[in-house]
Amino acid sequence: MIKTLTLTAAVALGLGGAAMAEPEREIEDFDFSFEGIFGSYDTLQLQRGLKIYTEICSGCHGLEYVAFRTLASENGPALPEEQMREYAARIEVFDPDLFDGEGDFRPATPADTYPGSLVANAPDLSVMAKARAGFEGPYGTGLNQLWYGMGGPEYIASLISGYEEAPACAPEDFPGYYNTAFAAGGYPQSCIDEDGEYLVVGSWIAMAPPLYDEAVEFDDESENDVEAMSADVAAFLMWAAEPGLNTRKTAGLQGVIFLSVLAVLLYLTNKRLWARHKHTKE
Amino acid sequence: MAGIPHDHYEPRTGGEKWLNRRLPILGLAYDTLMLPTPKNLNWMWIWGIVLTLTLVMQIATGVILAMHYVADTDVAFSRIEHIMRNVNGGDMIRYVHMNGASLFFFAVYLHIFRSLYYGSYKAPREVTWIIGILMFVLMMGTAFMGYVLPWGQMSFHGTAVITGLFGAIPFVGEAVQTWLLGAGAVGEPALNRFFALHYMLPFILLGMTLVHIWAFHTTGNNNPTGVEVRRTSKQDADKDTLPFWPYFVIKDFLALVVIFIGFFAVVAFMPNYLGHPDNYIPANPLVTPAHIVPEWYFLPFYAILRAFTADVWVVMLVDWVTFGIVDAKFFGVIAMFGAIAVMALAPWLDTSSIRSGRYRPMFKWWFALLVVDFIVLMWVGARPAEGIYPYISLIGAAYWFGYFLLVLPILGVIEKPLTPPATIEEDFAAHYSPKTGGTTTVVNPAE
Repeated sequence: MIKTLTLTAAVALGLGGAAMAEPEREIEDFDFSFEGIFGSYDTLQLQRGLKIYTEICSGCHGLEYVAFRTLASENGPALPEEQMREYAARIEVFDPDLFDGEGDFRPATPADTYPGSLVANAPDLSVMAKARAGFEGPYGTGLNQLWYGMGGPEYIASLISGYEEAPACAPEDFPGYYNTAFAAGGYPQSCIDEDGEYLVVGSWIAMAPPLYDEAVEFDDESENDVEAMSADVAAFLMWAAEPGLNTRKTAGLQGVIFLSVLAVLLYLTNKRLWARHKHTKE
Repeated sequence: MAGIPHDHYEPRTGGEKWLNRRLPILGLAYDTLMLPTPKNLNWMWIWGIVLTLTLVMQIATGVILAMHYVADTDVAFSRIEHIMRNVNGGDMIRYVHMNGASLFFFAVYLHIFRSLYYGSYKAPREVTWIIGILMFVLMMGTAFMGYVLPWGQMSFHGTAVITGLFGAIPFVGEAVQTWLLGAGAVGEPALNRFFALHYMLPFILLGMTLVHIWAFHTTGNNNPTGVEVRRTSKQDADKDTLPFWPYFVIKDFLALVVIFIGFFAVVAFMPNYLGHPDNYIPANPLVTPAHIVPEWYFLPFYAILRAFTADVWVVMLVDWVTFGIVDAKFFGVIAMFGAIAVMALAPWLDTSSIRSGRYRPMFKWWFALLVVDFIVLMWVGARPAEGIYPYISLIGAAYWFGYFLLVLPILGVIEKPLTPPATIEEDFAAHYSPKTGGTTTVVNPAE
């Protein structure tokens, strides 16, 4: 372990040789309702995202920090109380207190959280929308996040809709699925030229394309092509990661307005206070 | 308070007299609040108040967070999510605390550069300056340990890297690193002690703040001219100064509120902008993030740490002279701590007879270059150590040391400074002349 740590330190110190560069990736700038100072979640979009998560993603991925009761939150998917309870009851959670302390599965109650991931290499999605940044430029300063946002949901939506036909340079039996938004996956040597340049954007991800057109039907007949559903499920995961976004922005706006008024009053007080000594006219 | 002549507290009522004979606390409060303050202080003299209130804010939010946090590697990450989701107002409290660290460093860097420009570190304020540098080091330690507590990927691997620095000390390094971590590797003992220290150190910082204030209340504030307040008589002193209350309290409150508008906007509208997404991934010893990047406020010093690689001739020379005891890695560590230590020595390295940079025509340019250097180092510290970046780091680091070790001593000898005004009163009158009705007549781009 000490050896690993020393090596980590050496790499970070820039002494252990340059870190391997990563291939480029393509992150599309989706237009989400919760962006900007006045942005808030679109309840219907969150409900569509919830449906997509439930029918498709939850087959492998967990949401271990999200409690079922929060699905009824008016700042979230805003399911009616009854519907939320029915929804929870359809999901089995593990309760370690049952069966004389040996634990057993039982239908979930509103106080329970979603189960964790069912597949070992499928990460939990609770905070995924905050654990990835979509935008980094220019020159790695991250300044463009000021305009585009961190890009977590954009990354998720781009990834889900970023599957493409594998490029010709890759061997046919190369493991994984070619995805233009995913840079951290496998990459065939045959797609790297002699200078070490990556010839194609993205890399090969282990997850099979989760969505196809009309994979989920919505009651209100909302659009259900891959692009639209990717945005919906990304919005839902943003809510899962940041359930307090609506109230935080409202509080922020009130705070900024309150402080601005206070600043004006203090400015006038200060001006009047100093006028005598600055020989300004009162 | 010694120094500038001013009124002292006189107990008037029977109750005040009774208390004053037993504990002269009202007198202390009066002298502190009514301190004669140079009346020409500009808006760069607000950061001390900002820092003090940020410290109070960090302690207040931090104590609440500690009520809900558990320092255990199995649950630390989920306890943060518990705070974010289940604690009333928990997400705001945590985001204020998280971004409060950034506000803290933003203010401290402006505070430090203000002192460097106006020569506040010079005699007789060396002790204030050195206490300040010690507080800065303590702040860095506290911030670093706080970043470990969420036990995300950056927490874990950042700890491995930073404690690894101590591992670079010759002969005893590995033992020191083990002692710091309480184990051979980053884990439960490290998290627990970092939590304990992260809770304790801010209170030491608070105590040092009082000593810092005590020190400059003894010498009096510096001011943009660097000219001392006249102490010949109370009448003279009164012409140069105004009492801290109400003049500077109201002014500082105004500045504070304006800064908090910006701070609150960041907290409410982009709370994670200054953080790193990888820290929302639970710590995993087996997966090392592609780039381990410290928080923005450590980047200039991180760049200096990485600047001195094994192929730099100075490093090779030192390696050879010390028979390999000071290798490139240890050299980098010395450079990083040296970059802070060299700031502490500024009072003795600066040979100029003039205190304020406002009257030093050559110094102004070198100082401006130091500010640019600091920003460049901050940028390059976040870049991977490959391609052209190590060279930029090296040039930046070289100038940082060059400024303190060469520019400051030499400039004082070769530079012909301008003549500062004779008194603070004169400077103030030039800014706010009765004839111009208070409009600023002296335009100084440095303000």
